Amino acid sequence: MELTAESIVFLIMSAITLGGGLLVVSARNLFHAGLYLMVSLLGVAGLFVLLSAPFLAGVQVVVYIGAIAILIILAIMLTPSVTQLPAIFNRQWAFNLALAAFFFVLLVSVVSPIMGELGVDAWNADFTQKNPADVPADSIVNLGKDLVDPDKYMLPFEVASVLLMAALIGAVLLVSPDKAKADEGGED
Amino acid sequence: MFGPGESSVVIECAGQSTCTVIHSILTSLILFSVLIVGFAYTTVLERRFLAFLQARVGPNRTGPYGLLQPVADGVKLIFKEDITPARAEKIVFWAAPVIKTVPALIVLAVVPFGPKIAVPWFDGKWYRLSQGLIDVNVGVLWLLGITSIGIYGVVLAGWSSNNKYAMLGGLRSSAQMVSYELSMGLAMVVPVMLAGSMSVGDIIDAQNDAPILGWFVFQNPMAAAIMAIALLAEVNRAPFDMPEAEQELTAGYHSEYSGMKFAMFYLAEYIGMIAVSTVGAAMYFGGYHFAYVDQAPLLGPVVFGLKVVALLVVMIWVRGTLPRIRYDRLMAFGWKVMLPFALVAVAWSAVAVVLDEEVGGPAKLIMAVIAWGLFLAGASFWLGRVGRKSEPASAARVEVVSLSGGSGRMLGVPSALARAVSGRGGSAESEQPRSGGKRPG
Repeated sequence: MELTAESIVFLIMSAITLGGGLLVVSARNLFHAGLYLMVSLLGVAGLFVLLSAPFLAGVQVVVYIGAIAILIILAIMLTPSVTQLPAIFNRQWAFNLALAAFFFVLLVSVVSPIMGELGVDAWNADFTQKNPADVPADSIVNLGKDLVDPDKYMLPFEVASVLLMAALIGAVLLVSPDKAKADEGGED
Repeated sequence: MFGPGESSVVIECAGQSTCTVIHSILTSLILFSVLIVGFAYTTVLERRFLAFLQARVGPNRTGPYGLLQPVADGVKLIFKEDITPARAEKIVFWAAPVIKTVPALIVLAVVPFGPKIAVPWFDGKWYRLSQGLIDVNVGVLWLLGITSIGIYGVVLAGWSSNNKYAMLGGLRSSAQMVSYELSMGLAMVVPVMLAGSMSVGDIIDAQNDAPILGWFVFQNPMAAAIMAIALLAEVNRAPFDMPEAEQELTAGYHSEYSGMKFAMFYLAEYIGMIAVSTVGAAMYFGGYHFAYVDQAPLLGPVVFGLKVVALLVVMIWVRGTLPRIRYDRLMAFGWKVMLPFALVAVAWSAVAVVLDEEVGGPAKLIMAVIAWGLFLAGASFWLGRVGRKSEPASAARVEVVSLSGGSGRMLGVPSALARAVSGRGGSAESEQPRSGGKRPG
């Protein structure tokens, strides 16, 4: 078994990602769980770098670590009473484990038949493309063009924007002062 | 200037691994030392310039003009006792200053500080290398991502200190930074669109079309202003220094830190100032481009440094001028004013870029002129309204203090205003025993 530098980095990043994920669900302190989530997401960003996708790595850091994880931590800080859980709070671990195993099998069964096409013939092969010159230098430009190309990903892109718009309107509706006033009036 | 002769061999450094490694190590060392020395002298600059603005003297006893003050500060901080609160989260408490400092130090890795230069090496060949660490093609994303990691240092410090003030400071800063990061990201999209690239080097070079008027601040002043405000908020500088508002939160998130751990937060704050000034100069003020830099590439870092110092002075000037914004207004300003205006600025530049591609000719110039007109008109309208609203109240308050011997002796105050003031200030006057005259009862 031959370990290249890339596969060592891949193993380290995978360990960070999976170990962080495991600690997220097993940590008793919610704040620590939030921090482990951030570590796990950082590992995913490292995997993106390894896959010659620096743009996705950057987006991963900006969106997931810089915005989503920090908002989760903010919410945890605002609710200190649930930060320390004395006992297991949720008894669904067996069901969740089965679900996770199912998705793992699903992913493996989807990816393994096309591993030859992707140029990966052994688990310790180079984890980037065989020939780095194959990676287009302006992959960001291609990504942007594909996102708004009607033949490619325009529909998911637009659907996602509609979804975000709905979430935005829902958030505004939830905290709108009219509703708060109506609630107050109802109680009076 | 010197340069490779006709016969000498010039090699691109980027293609050679040995050269890349040596270049990276040396550039990192230079960058770190410049940043650390810059931190030391930014503190002196801030104290001296603030003192000048407030008609004080400032530190001037240690060395000529107080130039050895940072040495004295450093020695003092090293010998301070390093206290860890009893019920603090020890590991997080130790990690927080590191998480705050490291992003501030590495954020400038993607910024080139000058055009490429050719350098002779011991093997007799010349190597062409960039005057920066590395110019990746997702540089702008790197800037945004690394700054957002810096927030964790503040949040973790606030949470792990086991202190209410620190906790509130951490909460405030995380909410504030997340809010202003949106506007900052949008303001950074404008140079990306105008340059057509996310690499900081390409953005700087795209501003070299015209000597000074090619800078992106002349393309979209609104986006530049939003960028400046968001960067101030991002490094928690006045008037956005809510996380460390002394009157409400003692020292905010670093209340419990002392000694060198406190010094690391201090270092991160000032290096953050330098870093955001550099980013602002690179995005909107032409980076290293100025007269003669194209002919003499080694002048690039000097020009860049001068621009950064100018922006630092502006930041300190703002701190000396504006009072702190109340927290709810700060959040409302970030979400209800900055974000919509940032969206408008992005849309404006998008239209300008498309017009430039489709119509060509002076379309971009016309859009820039209209943008400046709108920006100046809007700013003068807003400033004029603010001035009118606040004038009577503040004038009245000043006069109550100086009222001692009747309204006749007041200097340069219109009599109608003076009468109004003495009428309003009557009760305040009566409470003071030395005011004399008509005391009720």
